[in-house]
Amino acid sequence: MTLSDRLSERVRSGDPVALATVIEGEGVGNHLLIIPGEDSDGSLGHPDLDRVVHRDGLAELEAGRSGIRTYGPEGQTTPEDLEGTPTVRVFVESWAPPPQMWIFGAVDFTAALARVAKILGYRVLVCDAREIFATGRRFPMADEVRVTWPSPVFDERGETLGPRDAVCILTHDPKFDVPAVQGALATRVGYIGVMGSRTTHERRLERLAEAGITSNEELERLMSPIGLDLGARTPEETAISICAEIIANRTGRTASRLRSGSGPIHP
Amino acid sequence: MKELLDDLDRWRTAGTRVALARVVDVEGSGPRGPGAAMAVSLEGEVVGSVSGGCVEGAVVTEALSLLHGERKPGIVTFGYSDDEAFAVGLTCGGTIRLFIEEFNW
Repeated sequence: MTLSDRLSERVRSGDPVALATVIEGEGVGNHLLIIPGEDSDGSLGHPDLDRVVHRDGLAELEAGRSGIRTYGPEGQTTPEDLEGTPTVRVFVESWAPPPQMWIFGAVDFTAALARVAKILGYRVLVCDAREIFATGRRFPMADEVRVTWPSPVFDERGETLGPRDAVCILTHDPKFDVPAVQGALATRVGYIGVMGSRTTHERRLERLAEAGITSNEELERLMSPIGLDLGARTPEETAISICAEIIANRTGRTASRLRSGSGPIHP
Repeated sequence: MKELLDDLDRWRTAGTRVALARVVDVEGSGPRGPGAAMAVSLEGEVVGSVSGGCVEGAVVTEALSLLHGERKPGIVTFGYSDDEAFAVGLTCGGTIRLFIEEFNW
C-alpha cells in the first residue's frame, strides 16, 4: 500500500490524518504521513526531523489547521538552533473529521437547518424526545436521528464537541431547552444557539437561573435569540441566518455588509 | 484534495502520469486557503481548483512542464507583492504559493 493509498483511505472515511511534505530545502517532495495513535509512515529525510514533525502534525490535526513550518535539517525548531543552518520548510496538511452540528428539537426549522449544515460540511445529529417527530424519514439529510432527552447524548459524547462544532437548540420548550443548554455549556463546543423570541429568551434566562446557570461567562456563550438579524421568516431563511452567525462567530467578523467596510476581505 | 481522489485513482490505474498542485500559503486576500488542490494529467486533463479561476491556466502550464521534466518540483508563487512572482496574479490582490509535485508516491 503506497503512502497516498493510506492517505486517501483515511480522507475518504473521514478519519483524521495529516500529510507533511518538504516544500523547500533538502529533500523537496519527501512525505510523512501522520495518523493519531499510529507510527508515522514515510520520511522527510532525517529520523529526528520526522519525530518533531510527527509531534507538530498531531497538534495541527487536533486544531484542524494546515500550514507551513520551518525546521533545521535535524528537526531543530528554536531560533538559536536554526541560526546559520540551512532550513527545511514543511507543509503540513490536515484532514480533520467533519465538524459536528447537534440540533435539538425536531421541528420545521430543523430540516432546513440540517440541509444548510450539510452544505457547509457538518455531520448533523438531530435529537428530540418525541418519537413521532424524530424520525429518519422526516430528516433524511441528517447523519443521525436520536429519540432521547438531551442529557444522555451529552453524557455519552459531549466530550467529542470542540471549538469547530455547533449546538443549536430549536425546541422552544423549557423542559428540553434547559437540559440541552446545561449539557452544551459543560462541553468545549464553539457555538451554542438557542431559538426563541425575546420574550422566550427572558423566560428561559429565569429557568436557567433556577437551574443554577447565572454566571455571565456561561450566559455570554449562548447565542440567544439564535441567528443574525437578516429579517429571516421561513425555515430556510432562518437556517441561513443561523449558519451565517456560526461562520461570523468562528471568524470573529461583524457580519455587516462588505460594501460598508474597507480593508481586505480575507484578512 | 478529497474531491480529487477518484480522478487520482483513475489515472493511477490507467498508468497516467499526474502533477499535483496544492495551495500551501495565502497572503493578503485570497479566495482559497491552504490545501486547495488541483491535478493535471500528462494528457492535459484537469481536476480541482486552487483559486477563483485566476491562476488555474498558469498552474496547468507549470504542471505540464514538471511532467515534461522542464522544471523541478517546488514552490510557485502567484501575486503582485513578490518580485519573483509570475505575471499572472489574483484579481483580489493577494499572493498564493503552490507546491507542485508529481503524484507518484
